[in-house]
Amino acid sequence: MSPSVPLQEMIRAIRSARTQCEERGVIQRECAAIRAQFRQADNGGRSHNLAKLLYVHMLGYPAHFGQMECVRMIASPRYSEKRVGYLGAMMLLDEKQDASLLITNSIKNDLSHSNQYVQSLALCTLACMGSAEMCRDLAPEIDRLLRASNSYIKKKAALCAVHIVRKVHELGELFAPAARSLLAEKNHGVLHGAVVLITELCERNPETLERFRKTVPDLVQIMKGLVISGYSPEHDVAGVSDPFLQVRILRLLRILGRNNEAASDAMNDLLAQVATNTDSTKTVGNAVLYETVLTVLDIKSESGLRVLAVNILGRFLLNNDRNIRYIAMTSLQRIVGTDHNAVQRHRGTIVDCLKDQDASVKRRALELSLALVSATNIRSMMKELLLFLSSCPLELRSQAASGIFNAAERYAPSQRWHIDTILHVLTTAGGDVRDETVPNLIQLITNTSELHCYTVHKLYRALLSDISQQSLVQVACWCIGEYGDLLLRGECQETEPVQVTEDDVLDALETVLQSHMSAPATRGFALTATMKLSTRITDNVDRIRSIVSIYGSCIDVELQQRAVEYNALFKKYDHMRAAVLERMPVIEKNSPGHTNGESTREAVKEVQPAKVKQAETLLPQQPANQVCDLLDLLGGSEEPLQSNPAVGSTVPVLPISTSSTAGGDLLDLLGGLEPTPLTPAPTVTVYEKSGVTLTLSREKQSDSGLTVTLTASNSTDSDISSFTLQAAVPKVNLKMRIRISYTSQGSAFQDTVQVDSFPEH
Amino acid sequence: MMRFLLLFSRQGKLRLQKWFTPIPEREKKKIIRDMTTMVLARQPRSCNFLHWKDLKIIYKRYASLYFCLAIENQENELLALEVIHRYVELLDKYFGNVCELDIIFNFEKAYFILDEFLLGGEIQETSKQVVNRCIESSDMLQEYYCEGETDFPGTWRKYHGGVYEQTCILTCGLKGIEITAGEEYRSRMYCI
Repeated sequence: MSPSVPLQEMIRAIRSARTQCEERGVIQRECAAIRAQFRQADNGGRSHNLAKLLYVHMLGYPAHFGQMECVRMIASPRYSEKRVGYLGAMMLLDEKQDASLLITNSIKNDLSHSNQYVQSLALCTLACMGSAEMCRDLAPEIDRLLRASNSYIKKKAALCAVHIVRKVHELGELFAPAARSLLAEKNHGVLHGAVVLITELCERNPETLERFRKTVPDLVQIMKGLVISGYSPEHDVAGVSDPFLQVRILRLLRILGRNNEAASDAMNDLLAQVATNTDSTKTVGNAVLYETVLTVLDIKSESGLRVLAVNILGRFLLNNDRNIRYIAMTSLQRIVGTDHNAVQRHRGTIVDCLKDQDASVKRRALELSLALVSATNIRSMMKELLLFLSSCPLELRSQAASGIFNAAERYAPSQRWHIDTILHVLTTAGGDVRDETVPNLIQLITNTSELHCYTVHKLYRALLSDISQQSLVQVACWCIGEYGDLLLRGECQETEPVQVTEDDVLDALETVLQSHMSAPATRGFALTATMKLSTRITDNVDRIRSIVSIYGSCIDVELQQRAVEYNALFKKYDHMRAAVLERMPVIEKNSPGHTNGESTREAVKEVQPAKVKQAETLLPQQPANQVCDLLDLLGGSEEPLQSNPAVGSTVPVLPISTSSTAGGDLLDLLGGLEPTPLTPAPTVTVYEKSGVTLTLSREKQSDSGLTVTLTASNSTDSDISSFTLQAAVPKVNLKMRIRISYTSQGSAFQDTVQVDSFPEH
Repeated sequence: MMRFLLLFSRQGKLRLQKWFTPIPEREKKKIIRDMTTMVLARQPRSCNFLHWKDLKIIYKRYASLYFCLAIENQENELLALEVIHRYVELLDKYFGNVCELDIIFNFEKAYFILDEFLLGGEIQETSKQVVNRCIESSDMLQEYYCEGETDFPGTWRKYHGGVYEQTCILTCGLKGIEITAGEEYRSRMYCI
């Protein structure tokens, strides 16, 4: 087809303009000429003029004066003018313009034109920019075209119907019957349009969805035809027959099979066939496989098929093509909640993707890795995540840091590990962490009394090397202030001993105070820490006094106030100073995830108890032999207890938890250390013999269960070792049988006691 | 559905814009700016998928042109890559070894081809040959369209000397029927 010479000349003229100014000049001249020509009567060059205007519009210049010309050209009998007119309408008009209403009539006429290409122009424009009124107006016409026309028009009418349904939802009902019949067509274009239309109708209306479920066998048949059929030159793309249609059908099957067993069963075989037969060497095959996997994972597929799908995703993860790795991770992210174990199998590959060059892949790998962290793999995963944090791009840092904190909070194998991890994050990415990290970490530190010495040493060393990370510096200052005496003692069993003098410590704090890198909040921490040290050190109290008095005239109002108050503590209220600055009490744990049960587990793991079997909520995971033990324990009780694999059924909702200190102290029941009773719950002594006492106290009662605390104590002079406690309760009747065994003074003891009543309120 | 398709050069000059939803002019300009900035900033061997607002952006570079397609979240990204590739193939077949200049000087043809391939944000025709044939027929119609009554509707090609040829699309692939001037010709054609 010969190109439009006037248009090409203008384009050449514009492109040859050397500056923006020159270009503007050329365009202004051309636009003036075009405007003049629009005003003239009908001449042969109308379509060229409008085309020129459209080019100018694409460059970004205003072209609204062409709107009426578009309307005129659309009404022209000449095909060339109609074509450009409709193109102009799609580019310059949208449904918000008034002029768009004027073309409604033209479109209506052209929809019934004798020439299919004119019809096609009208359909195309309607589908592109049809407003709601236009759609309502022309819907019956579209329906007619859906039923009785050639395939060229039918396929366009189908997509027009899709547009109409999107604009005016109620009209969906109008097209449903026609859509159904279109599925019998052989022409792929029409089939594709029909599938899109049915998908749209089903997504909008659940009743329509129910009706279209009957088409599942037809769809399966069509798919089978596509997959099994030999080479078809018309539709083949790299060995896959019409991948576009295949993907659309798979999408529709997904919607129809969701939450419906029957439909899902009907498509199981087909999905398996597609999954195994599709060639995955090229992108197009992988596109079909990807859609298949999404469908399998979304419907009620049988487990074998699900495994197949996850394996395909696993293969994708190993693919050289970055795009495929990316979408594999996106899909795995979606199912990590439901098919956790299946995804865990690919953890190694996912963690490797953390080192990928591409930022999108890294982001996906990070999200997925965080989702895969569990109690068993926490140590190795954390190593990888921390490595990632040190080299990750800036936009991912805060997400990585908060993800690491969450994972550490939930699965930390030990307190020391937890503190180490948080410190590591603070040193690498301290600037990107949340604000609550500092108080959270401080709370964590105060709660691990046995690690105070280790923590303060570690923080001191970190402070010496780098004072730019504000969160880290704040925590370090706080700890030095609190536990400075431990620091000065020099000895610590967890780290190498290092000699720290009082001057060193005060030097460090002063550096923080004076550094321009320190934020005002950080300097506040440092000042308070310095003050606290006045009760913990012996020689350099004068130095502290002088520091404090200097800051009494600091410009920063907060610091000044603090300094003045501390000064007052030195001068007028010296008698109160020791009391005011003494060690802080343990901060109450009130953040989520720090429940009593959790800490008990941690403490238990820490101390490596020898067979302290407690009937906790962990019970369902205990092995079968313990079930038998419990059955033995209950011996001839009324209810015949079936040996269920679900141990939970033999031990109904009656979790027994020992108090947090008892968990650790059970092993060193030395010197009559009475574990702190949980007052003011009423307690009942259930067993008392040979110095071993068991008491039961009621903690709280909820609808589903009763929480009772059992404490054991040893009041003899000698140690007790290998203390084992087993408890069992029958399904009904609130009673409990306890068996204890222990070794004392070389001889083994064993005893059983039955508890028939629990302490009342 | 697809939301928009943009073609731009390596310098960020827009060569084609197709919007599948109504968007005010100002917002269109902003989106174009965002897309060109985002896509041109990407490293050479990175992933072809991006996230922008609630859409997925699929982009691919062919010689000096970037093709940027925005799809909704439930769409298949790999298939979108195939859509882009299919469009490039269609352009290539039409122009013969298409290059950026072809698209600059014949932009309206690029639109016409796109309008035969995609419609309302969805794929309209999955067969390359059918799309090509439709474009050829439309072009011929544009050249030779005449008004008048005939026994069967359709497009006519007028030769020098009064010979008429009709081209129509049949599944069996018949090309045309020649008629000599003055002779009446009646025929029924069944199109499937």
